[in-house]
Amino acid sequence: MTIEVKNIVKRFGAFAALDNVDLKVGKGELLALLGPSGSGKTTLLRIIAGLDWPDAGEVRIDGEDALGHGASERHVGFVFQHYALFRHMTVFENVAFGLRVQPRAVRKDEAKIRARVKELLDLVQLDWLANRYPSQLSGGQRQRIALARALAIEPRILLLDEPFGALDAKVRKELRQWLRSLHSEIHVTSIFVTHDQEEALEVANRVVVMDKGRIEQIGTPGDVYDNPATAFVHGFIGESIVLPVEVSGGSVRLAGRPLNIAADGAAAGASKLFVRRHDMQIGPAGTGSLEGAVRHVRSFGPIQRAEIALSGGEGKTVIEIDAPRDRELQAGEIISLQPRRYRIFAAKE
Amino acid sequence: MSMQTNFVTPVAQLKAYASTAGVAIAIPSHGEPGERSRAVASPRDLRTEPGPIRFVVIALAVSFLTVFVVLPLVVVFASAFSKGISAYFAALAEPEALSAIKLTLLVAAISVGLNLVFGVIAAWAIAKFDFRGKTFLITLIDLPFSVSPVISGLVFVLLFGAQGYWGSWLQAHNIHILFAVPGIALATIFVTFPFVARSLIPLMQEQGTQEEEAAISLGASGLQTFFRVTLPNIKWGLLYGVLLCNARAMGEFGAVSVVSGHIRGETNTMPLLVEILYNEYQFVASFAIASLLAMLALITLVVKAVLERRLDEGQIPRNDPGDH
Repeated sequence: MTIEVKNIVKRFGAFAALDNVDLKVGKGELLALLGPSGSGKTTLLRIIAGLDWPDAGEVRIDGEDALGHGASERHVGFVFQHYALFRHMTVFENVAFGLRVQPRAVRKDEAKIRARVKELLDLVQLDWLANRYPSQLSGGQRQRIALARALAIEPRILLLDEPFGALDAKVRKELRQWLRSLHSEIHVTSIFVTHDQEEALEVANRVVVMDKGRIEQIGTPGDVYDNPATAFVHGFIGESIVLPVEVSGGSVRLAGRPLNIAADGAAAGASKLFVRRHDMQIGPAGTGSLEGAVRHVRSFGPIQRAEIALSGGEGKTVIEIDAPRDRELQAGEIISLQPRRYRIFAAKE
Repeated sequence: MSMQTNFVTPVAQLKAYASTAGVAIAIPSHGEPGERSRAVASPRDLRTEPGPIRFVVIALAVSFLTVFVVLPLVVVFASAFSKGISAYFAALAEPEALSAIKLTLLVAAISVGLNLVFGVIAAWAIAKFDFRGKTFLITLIDLPFSVSPVISGLVFVLLFGAQGYWGSWLQAHNIHILFAVPGIALATIFVTFPFVARSLIPLMQEQGTQEEEAAISLGASGLQTFFRVTLPNIKWGLLYGVLLCNARAMGEFGAVSVVSGHIRGETNTMPLLVEILYNEYQFVASFAIASLLAMLALITLVVKAVLERRLDEGQIPRNDPGDH
């Protein structure tokens, strides 16, 4: 099933939670809405589900206007951040709920309901918990039950609001992989909201980066990481070194000194140079655009993370770089740095 | 929780209301020992007070309770049975007594029933929706608690009395409200309105709207959501409110006294009859009726304790662990 969102506007008082948002989600996609808190991602998800209403715009599910229908008629599976399991029902009854409240004409008989619930509990590998109450489950188990409950109604689309937000790091990692494999198994069009970039990049087929009620970029995980469209995306996804530079006549200057890099068509004026931590080439002093003293080195796994105090200018700029360990850095050493890949964005703020 | 929380913890709140509930023989609250030791930031726990002081404090508390709570209760039953068991039951079998018992049950049934509906609706509106004037509505719900019951009764006299606003119209159409069952029921409904709403609001606010949203997204209708999700979640709080509401409805004296007109065998409720009989020196009859009210209070206390335990337990199983 496809989802189409057109020119959605949603205001809470003077605050624009969603500011003209357009989005198309293709059949069977697993899409991540990624952004900091207050970026409007959860509001967008709730509007698609019918739990909130936009002030203007259109929502189409499979080409059909969804705003004419309430949440209960949209056949949308929704998984809440805090699970929202029915606390007075067993796991079994929680999963069966969506089947039991169906109109009598289409409701399955008891045997079929039982079979379907069993099937779903098997799918989330928790059939042995059928008679427990939500309060007796761990966070990860609750989340999987919430998912099984949402899938019980055979939803046209599946929406997940910060599905792993309330879980600890280890369970999170496991559930991520599990969700991805589950999606490839059942292939229902899914959108999940997260503020965790790693989660978005690891799980989703496509990532929608949002900020302040607007979509900043839509792309594959590789796209948004390697070719960020805006300064916000570059800063939000992955660790970046940000240096204030001046662009004029095709040259880039840092604190008055020209850097040996091309402006790449960036507009003249005050700008920001974004470089990934691992995109700084290290060389002996005097061979690169930037020079600095190593202040501190931490080595772990295949990389060493060094704190470099850049020389020149005010001499107070300290950056962190990741370098391979083929050449061990020493504290106090003077080295030169040359950005291998970089982006220049006009400085707005 | 983003929703405004005017209320402390639901159970503390409920306990506070229980003590205003006018349950005839409410045992004074002992205070929460845990809270107190937390409030006093001294390393010395209260329990480490020297023995004699502890003894004096406990003795004072026990003797106070004995004199002001246990003794009156004993006196009620002793006086009721002072002429023997047969006199006791004979007093209760008097037509006047039977009529008072019937009227009291009828009025309690009407007011508890209606307040159950109104209370749930008011609590639902306050806990689950945000709207202008919500704080005002919460304050308004409390009004019957802060107004003297006599005033509550007088309001209805002013509205429906012969000299009242609608008095002449009612007389012209031969509708009896004052000095009849409708007036007594109205006054009782007014006085007992806050119990159900107040016991539900903090509970519903704490539970939020997520489970309802989940139910709706799973295809449930509004009614299905209410009866399958909301109601089961609030049932203990609702029973608690109904219990207190009922105790107050049966025991209400002031407001009912103003609107009843004291027509013997017709508009006397049990509390009114107790006073009348007592003033006529019919002590056994008077205390026999009083003993029924006292028993109601005792039963209410026991059920209340059970419900409070249920509510306390209900606090623990939550969907979201506190660590998010």
